[in-house]
Amino acid sequence: MTSKHVEQLDRVVIRFAGDSGDGMQLTGDRFTAESATLGNDLATFPDYPAEIRAPAGTIAGVSAFQVAISDHEISTPGDTPNVLVAMNPAGLKANMAVMERGSTLIVNVDAFDDRALAKAGYASNPLTDGALNHFTVYEVPMTSITQEACKEAGVKPRDAERSKNFFALGLVSWLYTRPTESTLAWIHAKFGGKPQVEDANTRAFRAGYDFGETAELFDARYEVRPSTFEAGDYVNVSGNTALSWGLIAAGQLSGLEIFLGSYPITPASDILHELSKRKEFGVRTFQAEDEIAGIGTAIGAAYGGSLGVTTTSGPGLALKGEALGLAVSLELPLVVVDIQRGGPSTGLPTKTEQADLLQAMYGRHGEAPLPIVAAQSPSDCFDAAIEASRIAIKYRTPVILLSDGYLGNGTEPWRLPDISTLAPIEPNFATEPNHTKDDGTQVFWPYLRDEETLARPWAPPGLAGLEHRIGGLEKADGSGNVSYDLANHEKMVHLRAAKIAGIAKDIAPLEVDDETGDAELLVIGWGSTYGSIAAGVQRTRARGGKVAQAHLRHVNPFPANLGEVLHRYKAVLVPEMNMGQLSKMIRAEYLVDAKAFTKVQGSPFRAVEMEAAIAEMLGAL
Amino acid sequence: MTTVEIPLTTRKDWSSDQEVKWCPGCGDYSILAAVQMLMPDLGVRRENTVFVSGIGCAARFPYYMNTYGMHSIHGRAAAIATGLATTRPDLDVWVVGGDGDSLSIGGNHLIHALRRNVNLHILMFNNQIYGLTKGQYSPTSEEGKITKSTPFGSLDHPFNPVSLAIGAEATFVARTHDMDRAHMQETFRRAHAHKGTSFVEVYQNCNVFNDAAFEGITAKDNRAEMLIDLKHGEPILFGVDGHRGVSQRADGSLEIVEVAEVGLDAILRHDEHREDPALAFAISRLSSGPTMPTPVGVFRDVQRQEYGEAMTTQVEHAKAQKAPDLAKLLRSSGFWTVD
Ligand SMILES: Cc1ncc(C[n+]2csc(CCOP(=O)(O)OP(=O)(O)O)c2C)c(N)n1
Ligand code: SF4
Ligand SMILES: [Mg+2]
Repeated sequence: MTSKHVEQLDRVVIRFAGDSGDGMQLTGDRFTAESATLGNDLATFPDYPAEIRAPAGTIAGVSAFQVAISDHEISTPGDTPNVLVAMNPAGLKANMAVMERGSTLIVNVDAFDDRALAKAGYASNPLTDGALNHFTVYEVPMTSITQEACKEAGVKPRDAERSKNFFALGLVSWLYTRPTESTLAWIHAKFGGKPQVEDANTRAFRAGYDFGETAELFDARYEVRPSTFEAGDYVNVSGNTALSWGLIAAGQLSGLEIFLGSYPITPASDILHELSKRKEFGVRTFQAEDEIAGIGTAIGAAYGGSLGVTTTSGPGLALKGEALGLAVSLELPLVVVDIQRGGPSTGLPTKTEQADLLQAMYGRHGEAPLPIVAAQSPSDCFDAAIEASRIAIKYRTPVILLSDGYLGNGTEPWRLPDISTLAPIEPNFATEPNHTKDDGTQVFWPYLRDEETLARPWAPPGLAGLEHRIGGLEKADGSGNVSYDLANHEKMVHLRAAKIAGIAKDIAPLEVDDETGDAELLVIGWGSTYGSIAAGVQRTRARGGKVAQAHLRHVNPFPANLGEVLHRYKAVLVPEMNMGQLSKMIRAEYLVDAKAFTKVQGSPFRAVEMEAAIAEMLGAL
Repeated sequence: MTTVEIPLTTRKDWSSDQEVKWCPGCGDYSILAAVQMLMPDLGVRRENTVFVSGIGCAARFPYYMNTYGMHSIHGRAAAIATGLATTRPDLDVWVVGGDGDSLSIGGNHLIHALRRNVNLHILMFNNQIYGLTKGQYSPTSEEGKITKSTPFGSLDHPFNPVSLAIGAEATFVARTHDMDRAHMQETFRRAHAHKGTSFVEVYQNCNVFNDAAFEGITAKDNRAEMLIDLKHGEPILFGVDGHRGVSQRADGSLEIVEVAEVGLDAILRHDEHREDPALAFAISRLSSGPTMPTPVGVFRDVQRQEYGEAMTTQVEHAKAQKAPDLAKLLRSSGFWTVD
């Protein structure tokens, strides 16, 4: 029984920071899982370095995990942490810029020796030189207590030291009155095969929890009550997992086997990993020799009648460009997933960015339009993957599905859909000849289009009478034979464009959230900025400001009503984690003076930044 | 088991209605004829046959076959065909490409297909030149070759495609040439019968940009002395009346000898099925170009797990272990219920 009193909080943001080898991602994940079972709403932001193990103790090697837990609905992992748990001086130093005065720092004081301070670039010890005067600092000897706790179990101090993250987890779990059973069970499941490690981690976790209880350091604990959720089953899901499951769902809904051709790249590899485990759904995964083979094999599989998928990040999408052009010309279903990261080139491989939009839109030679679908939150990746697959199959076209590192790695609670309510996707394979020649013979014309969708028939090999050849050379409208007729080429360019443009009739109109109905400013975005924009809009409204919000699921073609929506507002603001790519598209398409609000710092917009940008626009109206 | 009759077909059934557009006299014509005439004998159906190609003169091949087919992009045919063959083990998938398509831009996909042993029959038409782009040197062109892009002679050392394929541990490697229909057909038949990736280099004359490149060895009068026709289990002999042969030196390397001087017992017997590729590799090194006695026929034909079948086995195994259940999958990493 706890003796310390418990204070209620409506929301708290905690950031765990330490060395890459300190297990911060795991610690954050577990804290998140505990909070999820408790029923909090939450959002996470894993933030890790590009190097697997940058030199220990340096700023470059700091790995952090931020989680916001709340008793009400939230859309971001929070601007600034209320609590920073720093396992070493570098973890403290790297994060002080985002900590506000008055916030709480829990530091592993054992790690603050002269060498570690020097490695982190501290000239003097911040714990003693007054640098942290405006913060509430808890100095906890995490390493030594962990070692002490593990001593009885016969664990050597060096090995015990590795369990200190579980001490931190135990302590923070105590501080925020988290349930411990699930973590203890998890430690057992994960480390059961290595009894000594399991024992050390369990002892460290308990020691952390007990430390909170018994040490005279903390005078209160905190509680964040469950949020109110609609009834249903929930999981805490990352974008990459949800996306993988969405692809599997699309396979089930269409009755097609899935083939994934992929070359590993951060932050997309987790989709390859997840799908590789799910062979019972008829999923074939293929680790290709490069990204070109990734898409090449997927095109081959699509020709054979599978749902061809290839997953990558920006540099890989660049390599796939030529094959994407082929897929546009072949008019075969294909889903191309780009989990965007900071560029150009290797750029910021573990940080998020939205700078591949124009590459997705125009990164091919020739007139090669294709649909682009964007996910807006981790759980939304599920629906986005189904939608991308639906369009690809129905319109026989490659579709680019854009997510990013923030969505891919971030998590949120997701109310699981009722599978039976998901709409089936009809592959509609060709079954018979579709054209009668002048001499009366029945033949198959691979480019005879459906009048409504302009989609061509999909005829995988195996049916007699439907033998046909397709390729990247221009094809005669209808017969699909090679044609160098210039008027035919122009017709085909227009037909391919019209097919993609026509998808606008088949997607939901853009919805606008305009509370009062008389806002003069519209904030419109796409992709992972959704949560930040929503938070900024809420803050604006809380102060009496009037602002409307809309978010694009379909970036190409745009929803049919987008022009009308844009023209309804006096001003349009487009926040993007790039240099203004969507705003360029909107300005070009609709001749509206859309203003870009951009950020390319490898992390999402903060709600305050968003609020300030909105306020500035409102002020200028 | 019910056996389904394969309908009798003729060359005409396997020929598409598209006009063949290679230059008159091009060696590609005779390869196409050999394939179209062979198909009725293979016991396969047109609807289950697919020709996949990249880009180049050779790569126009699929348009002329009345089967399923794809003329894709430069160098990528092996990758595309890999995706098709691994998902559709019921299909007979052929890959056709030129020396540039297969070894230059597509070299990476080729070696990876070979090591994986995907069920593909790869025919590489080697004319030692870039035909379609009008005559630049290729990765198989001889050193010092004068072309439009090498007016002072090329500096590149050429690939020996057979050596390359054996080096990549291809399970079936053969060579034939466009002047001998019977030899082509026998080689293609063998390639087709092989389970896994079969790689066939076909010497092909580009009479416009590299005419007579192989004449020194493939012309009727030259064949006897210049082609070493490999036959499994037999001593490797060539020349009129088999007066020359291949023998192995004490250090393991090979040399061409006069049989009369060393005796028939000293002549190496060809063994296609040797697991160790070293000897097949050594045979491929006997000639570094079509100016010296050059081995043709099947260099290597060994069994190894076929990739698509192995993948299918994994999928089938997983299906047998676990019924696909999407609702369960979504809950597989723990969930909680809100009432
Ligand atoms: C990406 C790309 N690069 C270059 C080309 C131009 N190109 C077409 S065929 C070819 C080489 C053809 O040589 P080879 O493969 O030997 O075929 P051949 O014409 O000799 O049969 C080249 C360079 C292309 N089509 N695509
Ligand atoms: S350029 Fe050479 S390879 Fe190409 S079609 Fe003409 S002769 Fe044949
Ligand atoms: Mg060539």
